Order: sequence, then structure tokens, then C-alpha cells
Amino acid sequence: MINYFKEIFAGLWTLLVGLKLTARYAVAPTVTCHYPYQTLPITPNFRGHTDLVIDPETASDKCIVCMMCENTCPSQCIEVIGEKPEGSKKKVLTAYRLDFTKCSLCGNCVEVCPTSALEYSGDYQLAGYSRHEFHFELLERLRGRVKAQGIVPRPKPAPPEGGAEAEAKPRKVRPKAEEAPAASLEPKGEEAPKAEAKPGE
Amino acid sequence: MTEALPPEILRIAVSVAVVVIFAFANAAIMVLVERKVCGHIQRRPGPFEVGPHGLLQTAVDGLKLMGKQILVPRGADGKLFRLAPVLSFVPPIAALIVVPFSSRLQVRDLDIGVLFILFLAALNVLAILVAGWSSNNKYSLFGSIRAVAQSVAYEIPLLICLVTIVLWVGSFRMGDIVQMQQGSWLWVIPNWFVFTPMGFVAFLIYFITGMAETNRAPFDLPEAESELTAGFHTEYAGMGFGLFFLGEYTNMVLVCAVATTLFLGGWGAPAFLEVTSTGVLANAYQLGWFLLKTYGLLVVMIWIRWTFPRVRFDQLLNFCWKILIPISLANLAVTALWLKTPFAG
Repeated sequence: MINYFKEIFAGLWTLLVGLKLTARYAVAPTVTCHYPYQTLPITPNFRGHTDLVIDPETASDKCIVCMMCENTCPSQCIEVIGEKPEGSKKKVLTAYRLDFTKCSLCGNCVEVCPTSALEYSGDYQLAGYSRHEFHFELLERLRGRVKAQGIVPRPKPAPPEGGAEAEAKPRKVRPKAEEAPAASLEPKGEEAPKAEAKPGE
Repeated sequence: MTEALPPEILRIAVSVAVVVIFAFANAAIMVLVERKVCGHIQRRPGPFEVGPHGLLQTAVDGLKLMGKQILVPRGADGKLFRLAPVLSFVPPIAALIVVPFSSRLQVRDLDIGVLFILFLAALNVLAILVAGWSSNNKYSLFGSIRAVAQSVAYEIPLLICLVTIVLWVGSFRMGDIVQMQQGSWLWVIPNWFVFTPMGFVAFLIYFITGMAETNRAPFDLPEAESELTAGFHTEYAGMGFGLFFLGEYTNMVLVCAVATTLFLGGWGAPAFLEVTSTGVLANAYQLGWFLLKTYGLLVVMIWIRWTFPRVRFDQLLNFCWKILIPISLANLAVTALWLKTPFAG
């Protein structure tokens, strides 16, 4: 008999404890993010599709058209097209096509790139009406970003003349590679909403 | 005008309209309150897009429901299938006519007010049974079978708790019950039944069984969505579903209004806030107190729903037969003995 009432009161007590807990949560501030209006910062480790890194010196890509990414891609979804302009020794990128429908986001292209010209974009809200909307032209996207963010070329002060040009070349590559992650982190925030502009077309 | 239309009929027409409007407005508000409270308990804002802070959400939802087609499943009993939603929302609305919203604002103060409400509340289970049976769907049938077992079990302690108060007052009339609870003890504690030991126990049991009668969580086995999709109203779409919802919320407000009337002093304000006049303003003041208490109880019901998990079926029936019924019976016996002692009023 005692146990009977004990059980009832113990049960009642636990119910009240539960009610107290939910009441406390009910008056606590909400923790959700009002998604389309607010977005959470995405982690820099997020792997979206690849994007070309903007070189702050030239306000253009860093690609040297070495074809490493195209060759290493296991899904064969990258097509790099470059040409050698008149009187130049180096190739210049004219188109970088990424077929994102086939990409498995393995990241080999990013890792293999000798000039760190590739980065993961923060695009997590891709949507489209046909798969053709996911055949990206990364060079065009890069130009669009440069225009949207108003980046102007800021050439470095010219290195002291006289040194052998052949020697300068490999050295020029290295510092850029270290610079790349810092430079690529910055514009990521503004990049995300830009992706919606695409599906409309 | 008065020759052609007797004032009594006019009065009935107006009061029916008012009661129906009250039921619809109540459902519209309660759906929103429920979703808001639920959201905040889960630390999200609830509906937020339609109107400021989602205030127009139910209006839009109502429009959507009205725009949908009512489908009758193949093999269903068409007539009963269409009848069930109506059967579910008419009785609770009809029961509202004996509820004393204030000292004057009551459509009919029937001699048998409490019995009238009990009779109409019992029809709810019939509506659920008809809905589940006529849908030709196993989930609906399961839901309605559960509803019947649950309602039959929980109606007993519910009745006993109400009888406790009826015994005390000596009348089934809602007005008498409220009148009995006016005034206060030592100018501090109002003479409400909930502030007496027996009344408190009866109130607690009544509130629990009321939740079970309205099929609210944690007693929502008839519509347990994780087990029975939606239970007895699985097959209903559009306004058929809407009417079930309307019936559920009207039932809730009825349960809370009866609890207010029988245990919380009805439209009476606490002693230090009482007004003695009987004018229109005083009635509005009383109405305010009545609605405050009723909606307070409704919020508690919602709060409970979003706090506790659903009980298992054996737990449900054990709880009723082993705990609620013995305690409410003992409570009734104690009350009867108390009333025979010289201390009782």
C-alpha cells in the first residue's frame, strides 16, 4: 500500500521535473537559423565543387595549363583549354570546364595542382532544372567573382632586375602557393549566395 | 418583427452563431498557439513566414484545407465516412451552450448542465468509431478501436470526479456550481474547489482524464502518428480532416471550460480583485477571468503534450484502472463523509 502511493508520488514528481525542463526551454531563446535570410558560416573544410583561386596580383587565375588536374581526375570531369598567345612563353588558360554531375569531390585536382590554383568553393545550395546547369565554366565564374568583388590587379613591386630569369621562375611559384589559402578564405562568405543566380537561367 | 420572429428563436439563432464563431476562432487561435508553444519548447520559433511571426499561418492553412478535395476511399462506407467529421465537431460545439462564460453570458443554464456536457462529450468516441470503421483502412480501424477502449476506461474516473463536485454543490446546474465557489476564505484563498484537498485530487484526475478523452498526448494512441500514420483520420483530406481538428480543439476548450467552471471558480475573480456590480462591464470582466483560466489550462495541456512521450497501451489502461479509478472513488467516498460532518458548509 505504501509502495503504491510512493510510486504515484515519485511518478508525479518526475512529470513535474519534465515540465520544468520544457518550460525552461520554452522561454529560452531559439537556436535555429532563419535559413534563407540568415546563413551560418560554412567551415573552410567544406568541399563544394572546385573553383579557381583569384590571384590578387593579376586579378585572374593562377593556372599554368599544366593539365595535371585533368589527367589526375578519376571521373574525367575536367577539361582544361589553354593557348599560347603570340610572343609569350607560357600558356594561358582560356577555358576550364568542370562537369560537376560527374565529379565525386575526391579533391585530387586540388591537391595535385602545382600552383594551388584550385580551391573548394563554399557553394552548398546548388539547384537547377537540368543537369546542363552543372557544367561549370570555372574561368567565367572567376571573372564574375572578380567583377562582383571589384578586385583590381595589385602587381607586386618588380623584383630587382639582373637575376637570371630562369632562376626566378621556380621561386615565384613557391610564395604564391603559400599565399593561396589565406587569399582563398576571404571571399568565401560572399560566394555562397551567388550560386542562386545560376539556376534561374 | 417581434410578431413574426419570437424573441426566443432570435436568441437561439444569435447564440448558436456566437458559439459556432467562438469554436472556429478558438480552433484557429489554438492551432497557432500549439505550434508556437511546441516550437519554443523545441527551441525553434514555430511558424514564422506568413504574417508577422507567422500569425496568419492558420488562416492560410484553413484556406488550403478548404481548397482540397474530399476523397472517399474505395470500399469505404461513403455516407458514414462523410458523416463522421460532422459528428465529431457538432457535439462539442453544442455542449458549449451550457458553459457559463460570465454570470449573464450563458446560452442556457440547464438543470442538468453537467450531464448534458458529459452526454455530448461521450458522442466524440462515436464519431471516432464511425470514422475509423467507415474508412476501410486498417490503421483507421486500429485507431478507433483504441479510442473506444480508452474512452470507455477514462470516462469512469471523469464521471466520478464530476460527481464529487455535484455531490458537494447538490446541483447539476453550471450556474449553481459557480455561485457556490464565489467568495473567499480569510480574504485570501478563493472558495474554489481546487483549493480543497478533495477538490484538488478531483481536479487533477479530471484534467488527466480530460486529456485522455480528447486524445491528446500523452494519451494520443488513437492517432499515434508513428504507429498508425494518423489513426482514425488517416483517410480524411481537406475539410474532413479540418473538421476533426476543429472538433478536437473544441473538445479541448470544452474540457478546460468545464474544469474552470467546476474547479476553478468559473468566471469568479480572486477575492481581492472581485467586483460586485452586475453591469455589462462587470460581465466583460468576468468573461475575461473565465477565458484567462480556460486558456491557461489549454496552454498547460499543450505544454504537457510537448513534454511527455506517448504511453503504451497497457500502461494507459493500467493507469486508469489501477490508479485513477480507485483514487477517484476513494476521493468521492471521503467527500461524501466530509459532507456529512458538521464542519461542511
